Amino acid sequence: MSQEELVVERARRSFQTGRSKPLEFRLQQLRRLQSFLKERQEDIKDALQKDLGKSGCASELYELLVVEAELQLSLTRLAEWAAPRPVEKNLFTLSDEVYVRPEPLGVVLIVGPWNYPWSLTLLPLVGAIAAGNAAIVKPSEISSTSSTVIKQLLPLYLDKDLYQVVEGGVPETQQLLKQRFDHIFYTGSTAVGKLVMEAAAPHLTPVTLELGGKSPCYIDKDCDIRIACRRITWAKLINCGQTCIAPDFILCEPSVQNRVVEEIRRCVKEFYADSPKTSDDYGRIINQRQFKRIVGLMEGCTIAFGGDADESQGYIGPTVLKNVTGDSRVMQEEIFGPLLPIVTVQSVDEAIHFINEREKPLALYVFSHNVKLIEKVLAETSSGALVANDCIVHFLDSALPFGGVGHSGMGRYRGRHTFDQLSNLRSCMIKQLKMEGLNSMRYPPHSTKKLGWARRFLLSQLNVQKLRNMAMLAMLTCLAAFVVQSANQCWHHRRIIYWKLVHEACPAYCLVPKAIILLRIISSKAASFTQTTALSLRDNVFLSRKPAHTSTLLLITQHASLPLVEGLLCSAVPALKLSSRCRSSAAGVQSGPSLYWSKHFIFVLM
Amino acid sequence: MSREQQAVARARKAFETGRSRPLEYRIIQLKNLQRLFIERQKEISDAVKKDLNKSEVGTQLYETLGLEGEISLAIRKLREWAAPRPVEKNLLTLSDTVYIQPEPLGVVLIIGAWNYPWAVTVQPLIGAIAAGNAAVVKPSEVCVHTAKVMEDLLPLYIDKELYPVVTGGVPETQELLRQRFDHIFYTGNSTVGKVIMEAAAKNLTPLTLELGGKSPCYIDKNCDISIACRRITWGKYTNCGQTCIAPDYILCDPSIQDRVIEEVKKSIKDFYTEKPKTCPDYGRIINQRHFKRIMALVGDSAVAAGGDGDESDCFIAPTVLRDVKPDAKVMQEEIFGPLLPILPVSGLDEAIKFINKREKPLVLYVFSADEKVINRMRDETSSGGFLANDCLVHFSVSSLPFGGVGNSGMGCYHGKFSFDQLSHLRGCLIKKLKMEGVNNMRYPPHTPKKLGCARFFILKTFDLGWVGRMLLLALMAVVAAFVLQVRETQAKSKKMLLFLFVCLFVSFHVFS
Repeated sequence: MSQEELVVERARRSFQTGRSKPLEFRLQQLRRLQSFLKERQEDIKDALQKDLGKSGCASELYELLVVEAELQLSLTRLAEWAAPRPVEKNLFTLSDEVYVRPEPLGVVLIVGPWNYPWSLTLLPLVGAIAAGNAAIVKPSEISSTSSTVIKQLLPLYLDKDLYQVVEGGVPETQQLLKQRFDHIFYTGSTAVGKLVMEAAAPHLTPVTLELGGKSPCYIDKDCDIRIACRRITWAKLINCGQTCIAPDFILCEPSVQNRVVEEIRRCVKEFYADSPKTSDDYGRIINQRQFKRIVGLMEGCTIAFGGDADESQGYIGPTVLKNVTGDSRVMQEEIFGPLLPIVTVQSVDEAIHFINEREKPLALYVFSHNVKLIEKVLAETSSGALVANDCIVHFLDSALPFGGVGHSGMGRYRGRHTFDQLSNLRSCMIKQLKMEGLNSMRYPPHSTKKLGWARRFLLSQLNVQKLRNMAMLAMLTCLAAFVVQSANQCWHHRRIIYWKLVHEACPAYCLVPKAIILLRIISSKAASFTQTTALSLRDNVFLSRKPAHTSTLLLITQHASLPLVEGLLCSAVPALKLSSRCRSSAAGVQSGPSLYWSKHFIFVLM
Repeated sequence: MSREQQAVARARKAFETGRSRPLEYRIIQLKNLQRLFIERQKEISDAVKKDLNKSEVGTQLYETLGLEGEISLAIRKLREWAAPRPVEKNLLTLSDTVYIQPEPLGVVLIIGAWNYPWAVTVQPLIGAIAAGNAAVVKPSEVCVHTAKVMEDLLPLYIDKELYPVVTGGVPETQELLRQRFDHIFYTGNSTVGKVIMEAAAKNLTPLTLELGGKSPCYIDKNCDISIACRRITWGKYTNCGQTCIAPDYILCDPSIQDRVIEEVKKSIKDFYTEKPKTCPDYGRIINQRHFKRIMALVGDSAVAAGGDGDESDCFIAPTVLRDVKPDAKVMQEEIFGPLLPILPVSGLDEAIKFINKREKPLVLYVFSADEKVINRMRDETSSGGFLANDCLVHFSVSSLPFGGVGNSGMGCYHGKFSFDQLSHLRGCLIKKLKMEGVNNMRYPPHTPKKLGCARFFILKTFDLGWVGRMLLLALMAVVAAFVLQVRETQAKSKKMLLFLFVCLFVSFHVFS
């Protein structure tokens, strides 16, 4: 048995014990990962400095912060994500329970890249832990220091059996890919992506591939070119251009090309001072092979500025290439370095054509004041994501699914999307062994009459949710009409009953009614009101003290109608929004026969 | 250029004209497809009759009815599905427009199966049309007559360039798989599924695989066995057992095995009379090869009912096998025929263990009156779907995603899930070229102060949806207070104000 085989076997066995499933366990592991990031920040920054020449601040900003945010989000939302998700019912499933339940998949393989060795390796891991899976983490061997640190430190914080780290290069990865996983999450290049998917095929393992591509950046001539270039320069030169979503090349009209070059030159100077080589914030190319490849890409292009390189340090200066044509070398592959070619196009149509002629990119950037133009680009192109008037920042927004399409990858992640991606969304339907009569329409011997019934049932476009909403509205209207008729009673009782109703029927949401009452205290005759409020606050005896009022329906209709509507509204609105949680709290209310009707209303409303 | 290559090239060219994108066009195509099932019912059921001996009513019930429902759902909901989906905002995206835009993928390859030649071929097609894709449809060559009818009829109703039908066997399919698609949707078996995934890897084509597997069916001893067996019998022998979600085998306590057998026998008699062979509602095995395979599966197991077959007619009687051992031949592969093995297990624990030892099934059935049994089964196993106290019917619920996990497939479809599966959910972030000052924190030279700022913005997660709701509530409270104030002084206007109230609530409801 090879080492890789043993590792996967161990992870699978511990997954099968089921200990990764309880939410408490997942939360605990996520918290440990959080403390790992906090306590070992120095080790991480050192490793990044050695691998990619990233400064401490840059490491924190581009690598750690996003993982911290993801952890925080997962910790606060996990219970919500992992809860069963009820689906719409139809006539057939009216009396059944129908829901989608996210379940762990099993053992997930995470193969990380070298350009952001921490964030792009740990983000999927956060999702894998959150979804209750076991995970094998394979950091990139190219960013060797980070890889070693992950291998050494991660097991000190996370469960050693469930989440293991495997180090190694191509042979080890190949060995790993021969094992059977329940999901493979790969971040890297398109060429390797194909190999990963091919290796996954014999086991029918689903894959998420986060690949790269040449992300175009179109600058409209009528936009604020200064701000646009600032944002582009920043995005392009982070991590020395080694970012999968960095703008790969610029498309703009010939008339603005020179201004774009000038503005970028200015921004480079502003960001990295006069010599980027000595700036702490400017990174280095990962290794000699990549260095040679990138320098080779410059061949045959007009260098507008930059172009300086120092092989011994892996340094390539920020470089802008002018008047680049579609068939030049730098346009044939993803650059992944600090070269920014400018391709001139005559119009937005030509730009769209240029983009559509190539593989679908991971991201597409448009800079324009013109909303119509942005919409046109959006509608007529395809890409993993579209960002208008900024670069890269969509990666920070965990509400947006992040992922490619076509050659830039498949599957998506970040936040809840990672959780869903690494979960089995199992559809569940719980029926009763009753009402067999209804089923006779589906049983043989089949007849035209039975078919007619089935047709009616299946094709009926009844939307249960809608019906319920309509019923609720109708009831509210009735109630309102009723209220208008009968609301002619004294203030005093109303207030008290209203207060009690709301307070008891909906304790979880009494904050809002309380706020309303506070408002009332301010706005109406304060003295009598505070007295009665105090009364009802002191104990719950009010209703029993006045037996005449305990016959509730009468009481409510005569004395509390208007405030009741108000109270119901206040409690119903959040109840609608968070019906499941409210249901339990409302169900917990047992006291007082006088509350029967109010409760009834709230139940109906839900 | 081969025929397959041409069909794909034509479809891609048609897709690139962009005519499949407008919602109106998609709806017209869907309506045309709907018309096909109304106008050509006879031709459809005749072909299916020849292929699988399904009765006309059976064809409608199990094949076209579901499709009609799916089409009308898609027509009704398409605008909602295809609309941009706004996502939650955070502090960084407060002033931006952030949404997910579903977009067509391109050209989709749909490879159908032979067991429900219309249902499983056209259902993904509905999703493909709804999502605005072009689609190459490859019906199973095993259903000779249906494939022919599909090839003849589909182009009469829907755009023949965008949605071409390519017929043929293995060589044609291989040729098709060499082409580049933007999604492949395959329904069939795991072996071919693997071949397809390998072929898709070369072009990095995402795929949906709807495969099969041995779907277990556990009967708890404390349930209404007579109803349970009725539902199982129906689920198993529909289409002569050739259903990917048919209960493959029964797990039950030895003490109830005899009763289960009796009840299944009784239901068989109810449904298919004494002689299923002459019953119009009982199907046939698709071909001789499968007939031989299924008959061989009986092997050494004890036959409790049925067991007879007629090769000339491809008829196999509804068969129940008793006391089947886990290593019996019938337990080694998906049966896909009218054999129902019963495996006695000593209880729920053993049943769960038995299921977990095998590949994850497409669906798991449990029959029990006890909620605890159902919940334990659900929590401790994994499968594509989970259905308690019935069989097959989850397929007809379009609000549930239908699909497998592990060896039973990947990806899911039905209703909105088909649409999402065959769409690219593109993340869109529309910002303005303003407020450059805020961005200073991210620009080099980096300083700890800037970093602190960024930390605040990124880690402070406000749920803005929640804030919005609270604001609205506060507004309502203010209105309420105002109403009460005015009411005191001006009792006459209260009708108006109440009306206002209701309006506010309604508008809130609509808004939310």
